[in-house]
Amino acid sequence: MSTIRVLVGTKKGAFILTSDGKRTQWAVNGPHFGGWELYHLKGSPADPDRLYASQTSSWFGQVIQRSDDGGKTWNPPGTKPEDLMGPDGMPKGESNMFLYDASAETGQPLTTHQHYDGTQRPWELKRVWHLEPSLTDPDTVYAGVEDAAIFKSVDGGTTWQELAGLRSAKGHLWQPGAGGMCLHTILLDPGHPDRIFVAISAAGSFRSDDGGKTWHPITRGLKSQYELPDPDAEVGHCVHRIAMHPSRPHVLFMQKHWDVLRSDDTGESWQEISGNLPSDFGFPIAVHAHEPNTVYVVPIKSDSEHYPPDGKLRVYRSRTGGNEWEALTKGLPQQNCYVNILRDAMAVDQLDPCGIYFGTTGGQVYGSADAGDSWTAIVRDLPPVLSVEVQTLP
Amino acid sequence: MIRIVLPAHLRTLARVDGEVKLDVESPVTQRSVLDALEARYPMLRGTIRDHVTLTRRPFVRFFACEQDLSHESPDTPLPDAVAMGTEPLLIVGAMAGG
Repeated sequence: MSTIRVLVGTKKGAFILTSDGKRTQWAVNGPHFGGWELYHLKGSPADPDRLYASQTSSWFGQVIQRSDDGGKTWNPPGTKPEDLMGPDGMPKGESNMFLYDASAETGQPLTTHQHYDGTQRPWELKRVWHLEPSLTDPDTVYAGVEDAAIFKSVDGGTTWQELAGLRSAKGHLWQPGAGGMCLHTILLDPGHPDRIFVAISAAGSFRSDDGGKTWHPITRGLKSQYELPDPDAEVGHCVHRIAMHPSRPHVLFMQKHWDVLRSDDTGESWQEISGNLPSDFGFPIAVHAHEPNTVYVVPIKSDSEHYPPDGKLRVYRSRTGGNEWEALTKGLPQQNCYVNILRDAMAVDQLDPCGIYFGTTGGQVYGSADAGDSWTAIVRDLPPVLSVEVQTLP
Repeated sequence: MIRIVLPAHLRTLARVDGEVKLDVESPVTQRSVLDALEARYPMLRGTIRDHVTLTRRPFVRFFACEQDLSHESPDTPLPDAVAMGTEPLLIVGAMAGG
């Protein structure tokens, strides 16, 4: 029987939840890296025991951790356990640097971006928001960072090189939103190995068709009437999350600051599909593992009221690719619930029926083993959940 | 022999218990001590001071001999008691809630 492994990043450490394919009994393992913010953990599709984690702290900065045994042990990449734990007590590990490309060939003149006060500020690394392992190579992994940029490692996270062409996509006009200028979404196209989609808060969504060398905004059809002076601007839209189904990578679904949207042409144009949602504000969006037209969102009341409308935690599912949404409430609190679900905190497994999972800022991780029809709390009292990823193991 | 006390999270990251002891050639300064510390524990690079600029991270403090040395120049000699190893250099995470 399959095993499900849920990787949970929280504000005070990481937790690993495991169950068999029935998804009724769960073991909770953690905290790993207790006291640190674990913005994101994700496993390699090519080697499920290879996990990457973003460990970050306002005090001590950014550390990348890697596990080669499914989360039992962790090391900063570039180290081996015998190096770190040698008899002479002389660790040889290397931490990992994310240096923005300032080279004349690829990094110039993108040395600054717009700041809150209208001045130009240099790009400075705050943290890694998202790690996206390659679909085919366990040693290749992408990192989305704040201040917004994408980095790539081809040596298992030991060294990182910026794909600086992204900042050529009008990077001088990007400016941080309230949550920081973060690159939080990276989607790899399984049908086109050189195609990468990214999304950046308060900057927009972007696509590369050449492995990350060059990029262009994919924002036509996005409207930000109350957030931007030009509602149809090419950059500046606050994209919260993009999702795709691997069988249909030209179709993208987006949860924007306000509005849920869909593109049928690899992001070249977008149409709103908010339909009958009680609010079209929200953060995560996910696609069913086996039904490319079944989409999930969690409506949040507003941009300043980051909790579910009416105190009712409701996942909304569309089986029609948008516009027609049904509330999924069985097992979820339907009164006095004022948590948020962050952009990286919802994911699906690959079993049939499809399992779907999400974590809340209240520390609950909810799971559904029936595509959202009913839910149970796998764990209730974790620190605020920042991210949820799922691995389906044979 | 210079004695260094790391905050708990960095002891975990470096996989050390208790004080760290390092040989540092004179003059003993914040910079020379941190250079030696990072050479021996490379996973600490970037956690105490910036990778590139080598400036102290904002929420890290340096204490010794009941003094806050955080705002001293990195090249100012540390107190003799630190240089002689009778007192440790304390690397501290600044106070904060949460």
